[in-house]
Amino acid sequence: MSELKVEKDGTHAIRTERELNAPRDLVFRAYTEPDLLTRWLGPRRYTMEIDRYEVGDGGRYRYVHRDEQGNEHAFRGVFHGDPTPDAMVQTFEWEGLPGHVSLDRAVLEEIGGGRTVVRTTSVFQSEADRDGMWDSGMADGMGEAYDRLEELLPALREG
Amino acid sequence: MPAVVELDRVFGALADPTRRAILTRLTQGEATVTQLAAPFTVSQPAISRHLKVLEGAGLISRHRRATARLSRLEPEPLRQAAAWLIDYREYWEESFERLDELLARLQDEGPAGSGHEGGSTS
Repeated sequence: MSELKVEKDGTHAIRTERELNAPRDLVFRAYTEPDLLTRWLGPRRYTMEIDRYEVGDGGRYRYVHRDEQGNEHAFRGVFHGDPTPDAMVQTFEWEGLPGHVSLDRAVLEEIGGGRTVVRTTSVFQSEADRDGMWDSGMADGMGEAYDRLEELLPALREG
Repeated sequence: MPAVVELDRVFGALADPTRRAILTRLTQGEATVTQLAAPFTVSQPAISRHLKVLEGAGLISRHRRATARLSRLEPEPLRQAAAWLIDYREYWEESFERLDELLARLQDEGPAGSGHEGGSTS
């Protein structure tokens, strides 16, 4: 199985790279057809529901990840330009943190042997936003705060 | 319940160890400022300032009972903040693993690769 490469780029961006054992056109379909997208995007512990997914220049999308407890996390954005395997460009915003919008670009490159490389770049509005997305820990020692938050949660569920 | 929890404020409030300790104490039930200040060397006014920050983030509410002013934990913002614990790498690693499986399945289905099999999610 291929390994995901993830790296911070400069102060505001995250880049990823991942090889897939499939031709580029099929990977593109998995990205752009809603009933395929719901079958892979997001951790397994979430179900995914798509409200809208208007693939095309100016088209809007919105989808919801739902966990076992019924917590919902909604994400939305707009496509910029008609998505092609050479460039899928879209804005991305978690509705839990409105106004913190990133600009995402995914490029599919066929590398022979029926394999494809996906390269993504996400550019955030601030270094804090980027680092918050990177380690879910809003910089400045927030990692520890998260650990403590996790400790608190069982008590909250019992309450 | 507020329509949108201001997570910036929630995370800011959680960044301080004293405030986290106060929240931990409040998971056991309501408490007065005096009770909350007891374990700490800091003054009651300092605790009151921490309570103001926690209240501003929606993490606690305060109300009066007789002459006592009680603080109560409000769990909803914490639940929402916890939802933000999805790690970027974990999210994409697992997504791409699922994409591997989906792509393999689509290719097994043959060159036509209709991809429509009734939304099976197994």
